[in-house]
Amino acid sequence: MSRIGVAFDKARADGRAVLVGCMPAGFPTVEGSIAAMTAMVDAGVDVIEVEIPYSDPVMDGPVIQKASDIALAGGVRVADALRIVEAVAATGAPVVTMTYWNPIEQYGVDAFARDMAAAGGTGLITPDLIPDEADEWLAASDAHGLDRTFLVSPSSTDARLKMTVEHCRGFVYATAIMGVTGARAQTSDAAPVLVSRLREVTELPVGVGLGVGTGAQAGTVAGYADGVIVGSALVRCLLDAPDPAAGLAALRALSAELADGVRNPRR
Amino acid sequence: MSANAPAPTGQLPDAAGHFGRFGGRFVPEALVAALDELDAAYRKAMGDESFLAEFDGLLRGYAGTPSLLYPAERFSAKIGARVLLKREDLNHTGAHKVRNVLGQALLTKRMGKRRVIAETGAGQHGVATATAAALFDLDCVVYMGEVDTRRQALNVARMRMLGATVVPVTAGSRTLKDAMNEAMRDWVANVDDTHYLIGTAAGPHPFPEMVRDFVRGIGEEARQQCLDLTGALPDAVAACVGGGSNALGIFHAFVGDPGVRLYGFEAGGEGMETGRHAASITGGSSGVLHGTRTYVLQDSDGQTIESHSISAGLDYPGVGPEHAWLHDSGRATYTPVTDREAMAAFELLCRTEGIIPAIESAHALAGALKIAPGLAAELGREPLIVVNLSGRGDKDVHTAGEYFGILDKEQ
Repeated sequence: MSRIGVAFDKARADGRAVLVGCMPAGFPTVEGSIAAMTAMVDAGVDVIEVEIPYSDPVMDGPVIQKASDIALAGGVRVADALRIVEAVAATGAPVVTMTYWNPIEQYGVDAFARDMAAAGGTGLITPDLIPDEADEWLAASDAHGLDRTFLVSPSSTDARLKMTVEHCRGFVYATAIMGVTGARAQTSDAAPVLVSRLREVTELPVGVGLGVGTGAQAGTVAGYADGVIVGSALVRCLLDAPDPAAGLAALRALSAELADGVRNPRR
Repeated sequence: MSANAPAPTGQLPDAAGHFGRFGGRFVPEALVAALDELDAAYRKAMGDESFLAEFDGLLRGYAGTPSLLYPAERFSAKIGARVLLKREDLNHTGAHKVRNVLGQALLTKRMGKRRVIAETGAGQHGVATATAAALFDLDCVVYMGEVDTRRQALNVARMRMLGATVVPVTAGSRTLKDAMNEAMRDWVANVDDTHYLIGTAAGPHPFPEMVRDFVRGIGEEARQQCLDLTGALPDAVAACVGGGSNALGIFHAFVGDPGVRLYGFEAGGEGMETGRHAASITGGSSGVLHGTRTYVLQDSDGQTIESHSISAGLDYPGVGPEHAWLHDSGRATYTPVTDREAMAAFELLCRTEGIIPAIESAHALAGALKIAPGLAAELGREPLIVVNLSGRGDKDVHTAGEYFGILDKEQ
């Protein structure tokens, strides 16, 4: 079983959800993002999701767009993202990468899978790659032992939910609201429905993403999902801070609050 | 849709929207249901006589098609080829784009959606969409890069007069590709009641095929008009290529005619050697952008590189996937035309024919100039070239006036 599967099993045994924290690679700098992700692990984030910045991130809202722009303006490369994966994996936390497809296609799908595995990463989350177009990635992830997390959505038909989870390994990512990433005051009513639809077709752990920004919201999602995925709210800690030290302090505080939230699922 | 046109490209794309190794769907799963719904509605409509009759009625009665095929004799004499201009500039709203917009607006109604969104660069597609939205009583939001809203302030005003909301996009390079990103984000969030009315033959399946089918009347008309006028098919068909809808529109009916050479002219900007261009096929490489696999201007990490062209309508770092396939298969030839070459042809058409072309279309005119000597030598006679004059130049008067230095100082 993959390391991420172990993390989900352990959390399930403890009666809690896994906390997945996302941060763009190279934001605010390569070293800065390693420090941020390490701080997240120290404060209780179970799984780190390293997002490879991309010039045209159609699934991301303004916060992650801005962080990605800063990272790209700083010259971050896909090779840097792999270096970041390696550094963060060294903490012992499972590290997944979230990436739009074109950077992987240009790096070379098999070459990326090989280098991702060598860096200690567990798999990829692919927001704009659906299994229908994923033959090369299916082969490369099998060859290099990586997990595959495809997304499902409230608009997915039952047939597509079934087809998509059959191609997933590690966990499945449920985008709980129809829209781009970004913290929202209220989490979606559609999420529990989508998760229960997934339970009908898979034993895989289900991570729910899009919109969580507080410990209380994390607790609510933890009440029905196996994983709570948080991105924009964490990124905002660094974006809004007056200086890097204050940013890391805010990031630690929010990570701890979210970690506490997933340990107190509201059922 | 004329009934006597050949069905030229066989079975392309396949059922999943692939043109060879290009095309397909590289989209968030959240959009798949909407794309499937659109695909089903489009296939049903194309087999439905009442839809085709309504579409044809709008094209004739509202848009003013079939557009003329005009023998440009004084222009022809200057370039050493017999040139026939497909006068899409005479359509309502001033470009070929009205054909696609009317088709998609009709589909929107059929799907029971009440809101359309669109991206626009120069503003022509935005104006066409706002026009159709007014006609069909649909809510309309147009995303436009902030840089372009300043370059094309008059078109922003036109869209607002027609009742559309224009949203300036401040992300990324603040141009067409970012407007497209923002429209995609809107669509993901509002897909239940909204149709994304993509303006070119690009994007995820079924858009490239559907947009081509809505504009392919251009070539069907031109083919018949050319036969009526000259008794023969042309030696070559020339069109400009940005996203590529006008070029596919005129190419499609000729793809099955082996004697007709197809030429697409990309925006060479300041020259290929400067790197400042928008020639995705000539200067790009295979990649994924805006939901499809095609030729893309990108760096070795797959980050999109900003395009440059004097023509806002060609200023896009990708191209429709069917063009990528036509290039790979060798059926069509793609060549860059620089800003300077395009503007020289622009001026020549103004002065010889009294027609002010869109700067986009001036790339096709410049292309005809480029290929005429070689074709004449190869054929041993004056070649016959059909050029798609895809739009009129009213919107470009300011840009052209500045380029030629003919604006008075206070303007």
